[in-house]
Amino acid sequence: MSDIAHEAPVAHHEEHESTGIDNRKLGMWIFLSSEFLFFGALITNYLLYSNRAGFEGIYPAAIYDIPFTSVSSFVLLMSSLTMVLAHNALSRGDQDGTRTWLFATAALGSVFLAGQVFEFTEFIVEYDMTLATNPAASAFYVLTGFHGTHVAIGVIMLLSLWGISRRQGSLSERHGMNLELVGLYWHFVDIIWIVIFTVVYLLSVPPG
Amino acid sequence: MTATAERPQATIFKRPTATTGIWSWLTTVDHKKIGIMYGYAAFFFFILGGIEALLLRIQLAQADAEFLTAGAYNALFTMHGTTMVFLFVMPVGAAFMNYLLPLLIGARDVAFPRLNALSWWIFFFGGIFLYSTFFFGTSLAPISPEGIPGNLAAAGGPGTLHFLADSPDGGWFGYQPNAGPLYSPGTAMDYWALGLQILGLASLISSVNFIVTVFNMRAKGMRLLRMPVFAWMSTVVAFLLLFSLPIIAVALFMVTFDRQFGTLFFAPVGGGDPILWQHLFWLFGHPEVYILILPAMGIVSEVLPVFSRKPLFGYSAVVFAGAAIAFLGFGVWAHHMFASGITPVAQAAFGLATMTIAIPTGIKIFNWLGTMWGGRIRLTTPMLFAVGFVAMFTIGGLSGVTHSIVPSDWQQTDTYYIVAHFHYVLFGGAVFGLFAGLYYWFPKLTGKVMNPTLGKTHFWLQFIGFNLTFAPMHWLGLQGMVRRTWKYPAEVGLEPWNVVVTIGAFTIAASILVFMYNWYTSRRRGQDSGIDPWDARTIEWTTPNPTPEYNFATAPVVSRLDAFWHMKYDEDEEGRAVRKDDADEILAHLEYDGRNPSAPIHLPSPSYFPLIMAVGIPIIFYGIIYHTTMWGKALILIGAVISLSALIGWGIEPLEEESPVEAEDADEEDMELELVEVDDE
Repeated sequence: MSDIAHEAPVAHHEEHESTGIDNRKLGMWIFLSSEFLFFGALITNYLLYSNRAGFEGIYPAAIYDIPFTSVSSFVLLMSSLTMVLAHNALSRGDQDGTRTWLFATAALGSVFLAGQVFEFTEFIVEYDMTLATNPAASAFYVLTGFHGTHVAIGVIMLLSLWGISRRQGSLSERHGMNLELVGLYWHFVDIIWIVIFTVVYLLSVPPG
Repeated sequence: MTATAERPQATIFKRPTATTGIWSWLTTVDHKKIGIMYGYAAFFFFILGGIEALLLRIQLAQADAEFLTAGAYNALFTMHGTTMVFLFVMPVGAAFMNYLLPLLIGARDVAFPRLNALSWWIFFFGGIFLYSTFFFGTSLAPISPEGIPGNLAAAGGPGTLHFLADSPDGGWFGYQPNAGPLYSPGTAMDYWALGLQILGLASLISSVNFIVTVFNMRAKGMRLLRMPVFAWMSTVVAFLLLFSLPIIAVALFMVTFDRQFGTLFFAPVGGGDPILWQHLFWLFGHPEVYILILPAMGIVSEVLPVFSRKPLFGYSAVVFAGAAIAFLGFGVWAHHMFASGITPVAQAAFGLATMTIAIPTGIKIFNWLGTMWGGRIRLTTPMLFAVGFVAMFTIGGLSGVTHSIVPSDWQQTDTYYIVAHFHYVLFGGAVFGLFAGLYYWFPKLTGKVMNPTLGKTHFWLQFIGFNLTFAPMHWLGLQGMVRRTWKYPAEVGLEPWNVVVTIGAFTIAASILVFMYNWYTSRRRGQDSGIDPWDARTIEWTTPNPTPEYNFATAPVVSRLDAFWHMKYDEDEEGRAVRKDDADEILAHLEYDGRNPSAPIHLPSPSYFPLIMAVGIPIIFYGIIYHTTMWGKALILIGAVISLSALIGWGIEPLEEESPVEAEDADEEDMELELVEVDDE
């Protein structure tokens, strides 16, 4: 009976051979590793088409408004800072601070989204570049559109946390864990944007 | 089961409490029930895919046959491949992983039981969504500005069963631009692309779940290198899914955008690049091959040692070879594209990379042989299937290596030689391995053993039928018979072997009927298995059969590989295994303890929300197909409301709520089964 001893059941977390990381947090990390490949494929598509010569219509790289996008990128980066501040406030037990910084993060995310809506509108109305103009434009819209969708989902999650906190007066440990999860996701979305802004906006040039 | 009524709940519904009947299945989060549902659903789709194959074989049994129209033929080979890959082999693998992974690592459930239920229901509705194309899908005549004939779906022509043509007809690989909006108008290929998207979502969720389960839920002492090989291979498969699914998700989104919103990713007319689709598809598609085969390799690595009465030869080599196969599997995708005009450097590189895969695969095969070598082999039904796996997979592996030689591959591309190859690895390999697992673990599901005579009949019929079907395809392919072609002329002399192939296909069908009969009767009247019907080695057999709801009455603690075997056996001076005198007492003790937990056991509560959330997803996807109409927009909205409501309910549902199984609630009839003297050491 030495190889499988049977012990009296003990508390859940102690009875496992484990990484010591909370299940939900580990799950989020693993999910995000998959998301990296999702955006990796989309960015590759864009790079493949962005400077291929001979397409009809205008290339996205010809009409980027770099100063404008720099500002909105800065806004999104700052939202990572406010996210960290929210997390920090929660770990200090400062519920008011948590709420404030959560709302600030969601607000900055929304400003970024508004910037993207403005950018798309400008491209479509002023430059007549739509999804169907050429493959480079298709790749640009689908890539940045999927990123924007991720940001939007993040904003919804942040606002949910903010709402829960307002209703209950505080975030419990359970929601505290959720704040960490949303934080991980939010930082991921930011990191992806840094890559997109560098590779897709700053480094890409139209052919010719 | 007692509900925890005293805890204040902020739920919308009352928590479901049914433990039997239909509601218990619809709301279950128990990994075993979910595994069983995966298994039955996958088998159902296996039957559908099999019928499709038989229809194809009837058409091909005769030169110039007029049994199927060209359109029906295209639709059937597309749906046969799609079904067998995404709706049969993958979900059977998921069924085994669900049922066994927690048992093999000594856990009570997976890390996220409700997410597990969600991925099952998403898979289920995804399968229904994909098959609803036979009712709702359309395949119209291609609109080609140059007048180039696209697919023949609408062409009709001589033949019958033309109503089947209104379904996906671009092959399971959906090559572009053939499967794009220009050459495959109509909605059938949308059903295909979006259906695969739903199925991919299900697999992605379960891969995250399984990885966390393996990393965080192992029993005390169950170090990674003490895990049974099947648990290892499940982990490797989960990583393969994790990293390959996002790529096919992107590719399928691109197809959907091309078809629905006018993007030009794969449309040569607008400058798009169809080869990009092939790269993306096979960058997923080749890891997918290992997603299909590795669970079967894991099963065989469990079955062979048990029936050879020897430990697995080179355990860690088998584990690392599995991981190496997965790793290399991401670097060989372009060997599916040697004929597509990629550069010679790429061809050489991918050819060489492909050859290196033979090394870890060869390690596995030799380790399996080494396991059997010198063992006292018992040729039970699971063992027959496992040995069949090794033999057939080796043939398939060898023909696979021939494809890595580029000039040879050019000759073989798109011929029946390829069809022969991948059926040897996927049918002779994966399916034989999966059947070995079904026979082996049937007692865990039911507490019975499957009838061995019928089992062996099944094996031999399937083995003979399989070889009759797929061996002649090698010669047919080398004679130049082309894949995916509806008919061949009598003058080319392909008919005799095709007749043999069709006879073989019907033999396989007969063997499956034997299996179904065996399954049905053994469940009812099979011989009782006891706790350890096979003299097994791994800890899933330390709990009674059928597995109790809580898996382990007391949390197991593991101190070595093959821990269960070492409970029963000692070594003599010459290193031979000698059964301990009190082995039977130990087993009786385990059986009694397993049925009578000494303390309340906390199990995750059932939930409605995974089911409800999964219902919304196909509704949204129907809406996307018809998004230009009012109805389509309404469907998107309805589906989103359903899924989001379920998400909110899910979030509000208390996480930590658990309904303890009280010790005194355990089935009373079981109490009197085995009353043995309990000596606690």
